[in-house]
Amino acid sequence: MSELTERLILNVGPQHPSTHGVLRVVVELDGEVIVRCTPDIGYLHRGIEKLMESKTYHQCLPLTDRIDYLAGSANNLGFVLAVEKLLGIEVPPRARYLRVIMAEMTRISSHLFWLATHAHDLGAMTPLFYTFREREQLMDLFEAVAGGRLFPCYFRIGGVARDVPDGWTEAVREFCRTFPEKMKDYETLLTKNPIWIRRTRGVGVLTVDEVLDYGLSGPVARGSGIAWDVRRADPYCGYDEFDFVVPVGENGDTYDRYLVRLEEMRQSARIIMQALDRLPAGDIAVQDPTIAYPPKADVFTKIESLIQHFLLVEDGIRPPQGEVFHHTEAPKGELGFYIVSDGTSRPFRVKVRTPSFVNLQVLSKMAEGRLLADLIALIGTIDIVLADVDR
Amino acid sequence: MSGEGLSRAYVEEVIEGLPAQAVRGRTCFRDQWTIDVGAEDLLAVMTELRNRWGFRYLIDLTAVDFYPQKPRFQVVYHLWCHAHHALLRVKTWAETDPPSVPSVSGLWTTADWHERECYDLLGIHFAGHPNLRRILLPETWEGHPLRKDYPTEGPDWDLD
Repeated sequence: MSELTERLILNVGPQHPSTHGVLRVVVELDGEVIVRCTPDIGYLHRGIEKLMESKTYHQCLPLTDRIDYLAGSANNLGFVLAVEKLLGIEVPPRARYLRVIMAEMTRISSHLFWLATHAHDLGAMTPLFYTFREREQLMDLFEAVAGGRLFPCYFRIGGVARDVPDGWTEAVREFCRTFPEKMKDYETLLTKNPIWIRRTRGVGVLTVDEVLDYGLSGPVARGSGIAWDVRRADPYCGYDEFDFVVPVGENGDTYDRYLVRLEEMRQSARIIMQALDRLPAGDIAVQDPTIAYPPKADVFTKIESLIQHFLLVEDGIRPPQGEVFHHTEAPKGELGFYIVSDGTSRPFRVKVRTPSFVNLQVLSKMAEGRLLADLIALIGTIDIVLADVDR
Repeated sequence: MSGEGLSRAYVEEVIEGLPAQAVRGRTCFRDQWTIDVGAEDLLAVMTELRNRWGFRYLIDLTAVDFYPQKPRFQVVYHLWCHAHHALLRVKTWAETDPPSVPSVSGLWTTADWHERECYDLLGIHFAGHPNLRRILLPETWEGHPLRKDYPTEGPDWDLD
């Protein structure tokens, strides 16, 4: 520390546009250099794990959307797959493919939002207008199939809620066809932009050892060169049937993580195209009256279906006694659900392993010794959602 | 193109390779292996799993409250080996009062926040943790919300 200055404690947040929610970062500054950086979380704690213990499995589902509100379907997917593993059931192929399509659309939508806000944090305003144009199209597609835009809640335990409307698959195909072209617009604005490069290259470098030690996952881990993707390493939903590349970075800096996420969006569009090409006909949910809801039309006309519907709403499903852990590759990293069942219709304990919570830990490590302005780039590069950090 | 898939054979090999007296029990449910370890052996087993068997990635750490059973708290660790795509669940009972198990934050830095969260919400103490403070709730908060005897409605809820 120089003799002429004294250390300054500065609170970044809890309310600040670049904290992406209510996050307080206490930074100790020597001039503009960060000496110590301490993230303070917990402003959004809503007790989702506690709430789930008093609800049936189906009632838990809408809560999971809210964990990471930019990637609703990805969280639904993690939860329904964990419950299905607990039950020991497999969903019909059509439901599986529809889930993959929705999950990958969610990944694109989440990454678009990240790109918009990350670039905005660093002073580039234009990408936001471009990415939100595409994100809006995705939202319309979510709305058309599920009724909800931010919280689609389209998946159900044992399948999906309903079949897709006419013309929906063509609309998704059209989006995926034009999307790579649109991505060139973003790249033109940023990838070779000298300001963007100076603000991101060499900032927040993470080594492979640090990634493993901090338990990082998702694009943050892949930016450092670890080809760790749950879709590949422990395939679920039939991801091993699709041809896609897991992009990795070389230097583990903010710029590499940016490139990794861009490539992931292209790969997601590829996966969606393949899923659309092979979309099988058939059931959209398992034909088990103790697990899946009957079609709505039957509920109004058949007494058996009405009883089945009533029993599922009132009492829910009863998985066997046991415990499972299921992880999925959410847009922000590895999302894990650990569910303990005591054989009743309500989960005994649910633990959500959210990617943002774990990834945020490394912020201090990355920020210390850097300039204050880099802190803003670093919060953006982790791609956190504070609801995902605090639950 | 096919995925690499999960290696269950490797997990079975690992469990066989651990010191027999440390592994109190083992179960397999839905293809996932769980081993039960005594709290006194936890650090030794975890060190061996990390250094010898390549479980470099601590996915998650949490506890389950079996109130009113005694001992009531079971601490659960999920470990992953990148090289073999192997998932292993390690469990230990916190038998002391107040419930306490040794901290693994010296082995995996990521355990730091996980243990703080577990302490905050369930009141498990992690002996040897460098900074065991609440993480989500304010320092002045009373009780631990994820305990089974903590009312969902909040601590000062009165039915009368």
